[in-house]
Amino acid sequence: MKRLREAAKNNEVSGKVEKVSPGSVGLRTPRLRRSAASATFWFLLATAPLWLSHVGGYTQLGTRVLVYGFAAMSLNLLLGFTGGLSFGHAAYFGLGAYGAGLTLKFLAPSTPLALLIGTLAGGLAATVLGPAVMRRRGIYFAMITIAIGQLFYFIAVRWNTLTGGEDGLAGFQRQPIHFGAHTLALGGTTFYYLVLVLFAAGVAVMRILLNSPLGHTWLAIRENQRRARFLGIRVDLYVWASFSISGTLIALAGALNALLNNFTSPQDLHWILSGDFVIMAVLGGMRSFWGPLIGAIIFLMAQDYLSSITGNWMTFIGLIFVVVVLLFPNGLLGLLARRGDTA
Amino acid sequence: MLLLAFDTFNGLIVGMFYGLMALGLALILNLNGVINFAHAALLVLGAYFAYMLVPYIGFWGALVVAPLLVGILGVALERGLIRPLYKRADPLYSLLLTFGIALIFQDLTRTIWGAQGLPFAIPHVLNSSVSSTFFFLTGYRLFVMVMAIGGVVALFLALAYTRLGIRIRAGSNDLETVSSLGVNVYRLRAANFALGCIFAGLAGVLAAGQLGLSPTMGNGLLMPSFVAIIVGGVGSLVGSLLGGLLIGVAAGVTTTYFPAASEAVIYAIMLIVLVVRPRGLLGEEGLFE
Repeated sequence: MKRLREAAKNNEVSGKVEKVSPGSVGLRTPRLRRSAASATFWFLLATAPLWLSHVGGYTQLGTRVLVYGFAAMSLNLLLGFTGGLSFGHAAYFGLGAYGAGLTLKFLAPSTPLALLIGTLAGGLAATVLGPAVMRRRGIYFAMITIAIGQLFYFIAVRWNTLTGGEDGLAGFQRQPIHFGAHTLALGGTTFYYLVLVLFAAGVAVMRILLNSPLGHTWLAIRENQRRARFLGIRVDLYVWASFSISGTLIALAGALNALLNNFTSPQDLHWILSGDFVIMAVLGGMRSFWGPLIGAIIFLMAQDYLSSITGNWMTFIGLIFVVVVLLFPNGLLGLLARRGDTA
Repeated sequence: MLLLAFDTFNGLIVGMFYGLMALGLALILNLNGVINFAHAALLVLGAYFAYMLVPYIGFWGALVVAPLLVGILGVALERGLIRPLYKRADPLYSLLLTFGIALIFQDLTRTIWGAQGLPFAIPHVLNSSVSSTFFFLTGYRLFVMVMAIGGVVALFLALAYTRLGIRIRAGSNDLETVSSLGVNVYRLRAANFALGCIFAGLAGVLAAGQLGLSPTMGNGLLMPSFVAIIVGGVGSLVGSLLGGLLIGVAAGVTTTYFPAASEAVIYAIMLIVLVVRPRGLLGEEGLFE
């Protein structure tokens, strides 16, 4: 493991490395300020149902932001921290959604079981399909992931009897959770807190992974794949692991999304959604841990607002893509980090 | 049996569209290093340009002018938006950029011409059935085949014998050397991008008469064209074309026996190819690995 850490360190010396390291945005800010920021952040999330309505939002939008933010962060494990350009992650998101929905509809009226099966369905698919892409790089990686994603889209569209086809899968409801004698009814606000708890758990898992030797190896691969290979790292296996873990986590987000809407449709599997996830990550800053969440917040709010004022909101979403790529390639947090350097 | 022949022939026609799309995409991918997500949107624009032009210059004029207009649009896109991205090593940005352009074009097409399909008249000469037993052999379908084959042959001749074609091939192999030999690679890339777009436009005009004219007509063609490139082999133009025909026919044949799987079979073929022969049918080994 020592040589892995050295691999990461070597790259830092090479000067090509971004200044922001994973899992620790603003490493150079004093520890106190960091924990204060972190406390504020979690406090805001925990009290969101109380203040959201006063700033023009609503609890369901808050839940959606958490779900999509978590999805974009899951994708970013692969995209931003391993350098795997996946344009097909909606497939695993959608598989999670369908897994959860079908479980509730046909198998058992249990919310935890639905979440578990949804997560495993997406994770399993990502794990099985990983070897088809793990040796590819760059643009070719993107092409294959996006094409594989479409396979699931067409299965969902065509397998009418099971999935409801183009109309989507309806007819299931998230069920109250039973803790022994207690029963937790999942209303809008309660469900927000369930999502928040799972979000926090997922974020903790990502932090632990990124701070482990595994995460450092991913970084080494992202920064210089050839050098990582020279050091004896089995690059393809690490990429596979990243693909599989990130697919599993995003499947959990998908399952939560299905429960949020009590509905899922083939659009949840479509490559357009994959592109949305990628732009969320890039918009917020894909080199930073929280960037994708910031990106998701901005993207969803923009989408929500634009679709309420104009029928041409797709044009504006497209413009967001173009503007981000041309003017803010490092995302908002990347921009802030750079400004912090000069200050 | 007749049904199988019908579906196979249909598949062949659709495969031609896949092939034309894939060819343009592969040209751009090889030299410009960009996956053009906007390719389907450009195809649709080609079709609508033709629709606007037909009343003034007729079908035949539109068949020539509309693809060229798409080519000009392609140059504008390349110059204005894509060129600044060449110096960024990460292919992510060009992907996202063309993705955004595709969204914008599709939305604008819908705003300008409406979400509903529009009638696209094809010349009377082409609109008759050639054989009464094989009812599906209409003049227009044969015409589509002739045009597609003609376009492809013209492209390959141009690549083999014209100065621009030779430079494009050389640039696809080693752009730096081409540049150091005094070729203006910026202009070369713009020309190449335009060429790929012209093929999208041509496919669009032909598809308008075959698949119908609507803002979403290109959506079903983009992903199969990606698959065509993967199956045929990245880096090989002939491979992309063959890949397109192969998956088109495979989808057609599947329609006869198991209609619900006619799209999924395309992606299944891709997975099989990736497992058995990762570089694709005619691809170079080790590219993009």
